[in-house]
Parts: sequence; structure tokens; C-alpha cells
Amino acid sequence: MYEGAVQDLIDELGRLPGVGPKSAQRIAFHLLQADAEDVTRLVTALTEVKAKVRFCDQCGNVAQAERCRICADSRRDHTSICVVEEPKDVVAIERTREFRGTYHVLGGAISPIDGVGPDDLRVRELMQRLASGEVQEVIIATDPNLEGEATATYLSRLLRDVGVTVTRLASGLPVGGDLEYADEVTLGRAFEGRRRVDA
Amino acid sequence: MHVRHLTLKDFRSYPGAEVPLSPGVTTLIGLNGQGKTNLVEAIGYLATLGSHRVSTDQPLVRFGASQAIVRGAVVRGGHETMIELEITPGRANRARLGRAPVSRPRDVLGTLRTVLFAPEDLALVKGDPSERRRFLDDLLVQRQPRWAGVRADYDKILKQRNALLKSAAPVLRPGRRGSNRPRPGDAPLDEARESALHTLDVWNEHLATVGSQLLYARLRLLRDLRPDLGESYDAVSATDARATARYKSSLHEEAAERLAAGDVPEIAELRQALLDSLAAVRGSEIERGVSLVGPHRDDVVLTLGDLPAKGYASHGESWSFALGLKLAAYRLLARDLGDDPVLVLDDVFAELDSGRRERLAELIGDCEQVLITAAVGADVPAGLRERGHTYEVELGEIRGVDAERPPAEDHGPDA
Repeated sequence: MYEGAVQDLIDELGRLPGVGPKSAQRIAFHLLQADAEDVTRLVTALTEVKAKVRFCDQCGNVAQAERCRICADSRRDHTSICVVEEPKDVVAIERTREFRGTYHVLGGAISPIDGVGPDDLRVRELMQRLASGEVQEVIIATDPNLEGEATATYLSRLLRDVGVTVTRLASGLPVGGDLEYADEVTLGRAFEGRRRVDA
Repeated sequence: MHVRHLTLKDFRSYPGAEVPLSPGVTTLIGLNGQGKTNLVEAIGYLATLGSHRVSTDQPLVRFGASQAIVRGAVVRGGHETMIELEITPGRANRARLGRAPVSRPRDVLGTLRTVLFAPEDLALVKGDPSERRRFLDDLLVQRQPRWAGVRADYDKILKQRNALLKSAAPVLRPGRRGSNRPRPGDAPLDEARESALHTLDVWNEHLATVGSQLLYARLRLLRDLRPDLGESYDAVSATDARATARYKSSLHEEAAERLAAGDVPEIAELRQALLDSLAAVRGSEIERGVSLVGPHRDDVVLTLGDLPAKGYASHGESWSFALGLKLAAYRLLARDLGDDPVLVLDDVFAELDSGRRERLAELIGDCEQVLITAAVGADVPAGLRERGHTYEVELGEIRGVDAERPPAEDHGPDA
């Protein structure tokens, strides 16, 4: 145990995800020895993230205003919504520059073991967005694992009667990879999802 | 295929051992607790990355050592491959295939294939349904590794679904939260109920999709296994007992009867049957909080003539039945691969009468490689030992006692 403030700092750092007691201690002593300016910058960043950043009223992505940058952008295609689990999935899809529509962040996936049901996700908000009739396509981009698939099934059943096109991201082989290194499940999925080659 | 050489380091009771092996029959003889089974367990481990005796790796490492090493030289079609496994309890095992490390230990699966019969297998006949399900599922994975993934997916879906049934019980069960009164103010409860039921539908769909694949694979496997089972049992027991195996499904009655009759419907049909059956038991599932329909509730009924083997068969008959299942699995794999797996018979002869011993010896004489363990040499038919090699195992020491040094209880003439 360290005295007062140092131990408090270690305890607080230790509550962060991915930071164990040893790392917390290392970070705490790094901060103790750092320049006052650097520490102030960190403090400001921390305060601002709580004060300024909020979640977009429309899509649930992180935002600086009522609407996030993407929802507020009139050049984006507002008839198409890509549904993802987390804000970091938005960043991943944005990196592709392939998608020009808007997003909807659920905030997780259905997983009864973790006590997460549809009511804990932003499903109701999604249905409200669709009620206006402007949206024509919903792309379900939840993770291709069991919970993500369950969420996709849940959404597709819910959207069946809404009158929008519902699609699911394809799963299969990684680009630039070798077939021989693919595991059986991925390869099996790739077989299921094979396409006709139009020459 | 056969194992040409086995090396052990700190495995079970062996600080170190080098065991040269050859095709044909190899008999390991030794008193109880001398380390015979440990040797065949090591060979089983090379093939399946698991032990037939224990479910954790800790007991496999010699007491006081931190890791065990098992290395086997496997000859397939004249070509030799080396498999090496480092077993470190509490950590991921490391594997090498032909001296090069592989990224995942399960990549070595399929290099060596074994069919192992051990006293524990009596549970196939006398034990719980889970033993018979595991026998089928393990064999499925041996035939096609991709079933390991399907099986793991099914287990995960089942866990999620059971968690949902438990956690949603308060809103799903009627009679909770004073529902006797008319309830204008209870709208949130209805909404929660609606949402929980929708979620349950989702898990039903996933359970039916993956469950139907597993079910289909098991039914096909059982269909392929059935003729071999009858023949193997009859060949060992010299009877016409009609040993057979019927699938006992948890599906609704009509579908269950079809499956019991040996019918193998298409996957889509099985999926629909699973969905229908799940719908039919919804009330009791909510009541009890567990999944009541699916491959995890199924069983295989083993019958001798008209009677179920469980409860009716004698000890010797049960033993022969379990042996029949394993021999059928052996024949099936040999046919699939066009190459004999390694057959391991751990302590099997002591429990059989002399007629059955001789007939079993006859049956396995042509297999590419058979490893036999016995506490008493005389239990193993002399003819079998003469054709192969015999080792004496004593306190972890392995000594060859071939023709030049016959063991005392050997009654046969020297070859």
C-alpha cells in the first residue's frame, strides 16, 4: 500500500478495462514523474470527454452535439442504415469508405448469459427511425459470432413486416489470405455464400 | 497407419521412455499399476489431444514435473510423420508436426487415428445417455473435424438459451407479480413478456439450425455404424443376438418414431421438426427453466434381440456390446480413410470367456496395428502373442520379451 493520493490513483487506474494492479502502479508512477503540463493535458482530456462528448440522439454513436457528424451530414444517404454493435464498428466501416449511408449503434448484442436482452439495446430507437418511411435499406453488420448472429436474426424477424430491404454482411475468406490457413467454419461459410462468377 | 516409435518424458509414471513399436499385434503385460495403460493413453492423446481416463491434463504430468512430452512417429502409406505434444497443465499445449511447430495444437488431429477400447467404455452400455452421445459425437469429429465446430456452437447456443429461460422466468411464468387481478397498469410486464418471447424465438431458430445439422450427422453415422455393430457383436460372441442401436430422440412423438425406425430425413425437415417440438414444449421449458428438446437430450438405445442391453444384458454381454461398438467404429473409420486406424485394447481380454477371446483374436489379426494390455499374459490368446511382440512393463520399465525370452505363463510353443 502506498500513501493517500498515490494509492487512490492506483485504485482508480486499476478499475479501467485491461489494466491490472501492476499496470496501474506503473502508470501511476509514470504520471508522478511526468511534467505538470502533460498531466494537465490528460486531466483536461478526461474532463472534456465527460463534459462534451455525448451519444448521438439519432444513431447512438459518440458525438459532440445532438447529432453525430455522420447523421448531421446532408451529403450522406439517409435512406440506408447500417446497424452495428459498438461505436468502434462505425470507425471500422468508415475506414473502408465504401458506405455512404448512416449508422445505428445498438450498444452490444443479445446475450442472455450476460443479461443483455433486446430491451437493453437501442432497438426501439431503430424502429422509431424506420417509422418515418424514409429509410429503404437496413444493413445488419453485427459481429459474425453467436451473439451477433442471434441479434441479426432478432432484427431480421422484427424488420420483416416493416417494408425495408434487409441485408446481412457476408462472411467468408479474408482477402489476401491463403485458403489452406482458413479454419473449417470460415471455409464452410464461404462455401455456403459462394457466388456465380459472371464472365 | 501405425506408430513406429513412442517417446515419453514426464508423462504419468514415466520419467522417460523410448518404446519401439511395429505393425501387427503388440502385447504389453505387467501387474496392476506398472504403467501399461499410461502407454496406450499416451498414444490416444496423440490422436485426440485428450485422455480417455481424465478430463484435465494435470494427472498426465508426472508428479513434481512441470510439463510432459509425448512424441510419436506415425507411418501412413509408407511415409513417416512425427507428432510431438508438450502438455503443460493450466497453459495451452504446444504441438509440432514433423519437427515444425503448428499454430494450433488441433492441427495435428487426423494425423494419427486410434480406436481405443478401455474398461471405462462399459459405460457406453451401462452408463448415462451422455456417454452414448459423446461416443457418437467423438466419432463424428474423427470422421470429419468440422463437426467439432458444430458441436461447440450447439453447446454455446444451449448455454445462452438456458440462461434466457432462467433469467426471463419472472416475466414469462404466468401467476407471477399478482397477475390474478385484471391489470390495466401492467403494460410494461406484457411488453417485457413479448420481448422475452421474441428473443426465445431467435434462440429456437439458432438451436434448430445448428441442432438439425448435428442430429442429421448423428443419424447418418448411426445408419453407417449399424451393420458393422451387428457383425462385430456376433463375431465376438458367436451368437445371432441381433445387437442393434436405435436413436431415441427428444423430438415430438411422430418424428421420434421415424428416427427410431432408422429413417434419416433431410436437414430442413429435421429443423422444422425441432422448431415444432420446441413450440410444443414451450410451457414446460418456461416452467422448468431448461431446454427440453434437442440433440443434447437424445440417447441411443442399444438392444440385444428384443431387450434393451441396459438393465438386461449380463456383464459379459455388456462388455461385448461396448467392444462391438468400438470395433464397428474401427471398421467405419478404416473404410472412410482407406487406411487402418491404430486399434488399442486396454485390459479387454480378462473380462471375456475363452471362446470370445479366441474369436476376438481372430477378428483383429489382420489389423495393421493393435496394442493390447493385460495384467496376466495367459489372458491373451497365445496365437495372437506369437504373431506379434510382447513387452513386459514393470515399474515404468519396458522390456521386450519376444520369442527368445518367453514369459513364464506362456503355454504356446516358441515361434
